[in-house]
Amino acid sequence: MFGRSAIVNIRSIGHHTVDAVRRFGYASRFLALTIAGSGASFRRLRLLIRELYFTGVLSLIIVLVSGLFVGMVLGLQGYHTLQTYGSESALGVLVALSLVRELGPVVSGLLFASRAGSAMTAEIGLMKATEQLAAMEMMAVDPISRVVAPRFWAGVISMPLLAALFSAMGIFGGYLVGVVLIGVDEGSFWSQMNAAVDFRNDILNGVVKSFVFGVAVTWISLFEGYDAPPTAEGVSGATTRTVVTSSLAILGLDFLLTSFMFRGF
Amino acid sequence: MAQAHLIAISNVSFAYDRRPILTGINMVIPRGKVVAIMGVSGSGKTTLLRLIGGVVTPVSGEVRVAGQVVQGLDKHGVYELRRRMGMLFQFGALFTDLSVFDNVAFQMREHTDLPERMIRDLVMMKLHAVGLRGAHRLMPSELSGGMARRVALARAIALDPMLIMYDEPFTGLDPISLGVISNLIRRLNDALGATSIVVTHDVQEALELVDYVYYLSDGRIVAEGTPEEMRASTDPLVRQFVYGEADGPVPFQYPSRPFAEDLKILH
Amino acid sequence: MERSALDLWVGLFVCAGLGALLILAMKVGNMTSIGLGNHTYILYANFDNIGGLKARAPVKSAGVVVGRVASIGFDNARYNARVELSIDDRYKFPKDTTASILTSGLLGEQYVGLDAGGDSVNLGPGEAIKLTQSAVVLEKLISQFLYSKAAEGDTAKK
Repeated sequence: MFGRSAIVNIRSIGHHTVDAVRRFGYASRFLALTIAGSGASFRRLRLLIRELYFTGVLSLIIVLVSGLFVGMVLGLQGYHTLQTYGSESALGVLVALSLVRELGPVVSGLLFASRAGSAMTAEIGLMKATEQLAAMEMMAVDPISRVVAPRFWAGVISMPLLAALFSAMGIFGGYLVGVVLIGVDEGSFWSQMNAAVDFRNDILNGVVKSFVFGVAVTWISLFEGYDAPPTAEGVSGATTRTVVTSSLAILGLDFLLTSFMFRGF
Repeated sequence: MAQAHLIAISNVSFAYDRRPILTGINMVIPRGKVVAIMGVSGSGKTTLLRLIGGVVTPVSGEVRVAGQVVQGLDKHGVYELRRRMGMLFQFGALFTDLSVFDNVAFQMREHTDLPERMIRDLVMMKLHAVGLRGAHRLMPSELSGGMARRVALARAIALDPMLIMYDEPFTGLDPISLGVISNLIRRLNDALGATSIVVTHDVQEALELVDYVYYLSDGRIVAEGTPEEMRASTDPLVRQFVYGEADGPVPFQYPSRPFAEDLKILH
Repeated sequence: MERSALDLWVGLFVCAGLGALLILAMKVGNMTSIGLGNHTYILYANFDNIGGLKARAPVKSAGVVVGRVASIGFDNARYNARVELSIDDRYKFPKDTTASILTSGLLGEQYVGLDAGGDSVNLGPGEAIKLTQSAVVLEKLISQFLYSKAAEGDTAKK
């Protein structure tokens, strides 16, 4: 009895592994086709601008508001912790480094996945379910270069900008709580921050992170939409998978990138 | 001889994952005619259209369109061919993010460098042909089912194709819209000098409209002929389909165990 | 949506994003201060013990940041630490400058402090600072303190 169920379990592990590898293969081919078909997105900027509006501009509000609150919480918590050691003046450093290195790219990436990523999946999935993609193909227009590629580049461009806005907003939030509300010395808040945050090691690495997250999230979102079964359940399932997979991808990639970037510390 | 037929399908078989969809199809579609491909749901009709459009490749046999073997073409060649085809999808498949005008103008903008003024005139002509010139500002979500189908038809004929394919054009339409669409199919075919293929299971409407009928069942052509021949046919399969009989060669009951067994009646 | 409105929004978005990056670079990061580009020169200093000094730590003189620690290595000939300092070339130091490793505050990071001497000749690029003072290691300090206390106790008994 035990032997049988063990075999069944092992077989199901094998089945899932083979399935995952195959899906990853499809997804990689899809990404390659998207990049190969990107010419039109840059020759006809209008396509790209339209998608920049939908992915970037429409994610602005949620990113800015979340950034402000995250920064304010950091200011409050950071103050209480640092106060114990009598080094409240390091509040600026704490807020800025946590935002620029980690929270900016990661939290704005998660927000981007649930705001813009899920919308992309649903949109492409619905276009597939209502045969719009098939119709485009029958009209001799490649849906990958006309529909998928502009969205991909819009996501890749928007993500670092959104992360930078998130961090800037967060630092402003930390300043509001720390300096304006609690009364940490304004001079040491800014100067210590300025001395401790390095442009190349901290800020540029944060930008690189958010760029990588942008590629990962848009890739996952577009592939899930393009690969969704053309039914209502199929599209809703794909949307859920987009948010789950993107979030896990962001957190996993963040660990990998951090361990490469900040090795010396 | 080859030029008399726009499409020649010879001995084509097709399968999805070893599940056969079409087997040994032979079919010719003459220029200028409206031909119906009929059959019950799941008999492989739509797959036939996809083969002609080069979306899928047959397992064996060849599909010739305008003298070219579709499967022998590269991606560029297939796209060249598709520019001369128009297709009306089952529910229209209009681009939901574009207005009626932009939907019809889509192919002109993608494939030609025509100035916007000329595109405007052409789009208005196409919309006029389907009687919806006044609706050019509307979005697809504001259209009724019948209107959406007509806009999709205007879009399908945007580049004056040599071949127009209709995938279930009558599904889910009220009787008036149905009459309008059926009328348009015939009129546009004759006015454009095109050839039309209508895939449908709406027998009465199709028999009124078309010049020739292929009847598909289980992936094979089981009958063909003019509408008169189909009506007069004595083949039980055709009779059941044409006259809509509930039971016949296509059984009413899904294959099952004997009824008594399911009801647990024991002898 | 109107095309012009779309363009406006996207333009605003891109400008705001780039602006945020610029603010981060200027106001938050130290892109304006030292550590970028070619406007620096290198000095070397050997320390017996560098404690917790790390690459990129600031180099300060009279409390002003004048450079950064470029790299830290081990000198195989002298068996001590060789620290490479990159100094902003606006600042010059005399030959008899002392380099010491100091700590900012009780729990702050360690930095290199330069105390200028009185020599009339300045250090040139690539030269080494002769006078150095190692980091204060807490364990050594405590054991020193304990020994001296013990010694004090002994003399008191007598």
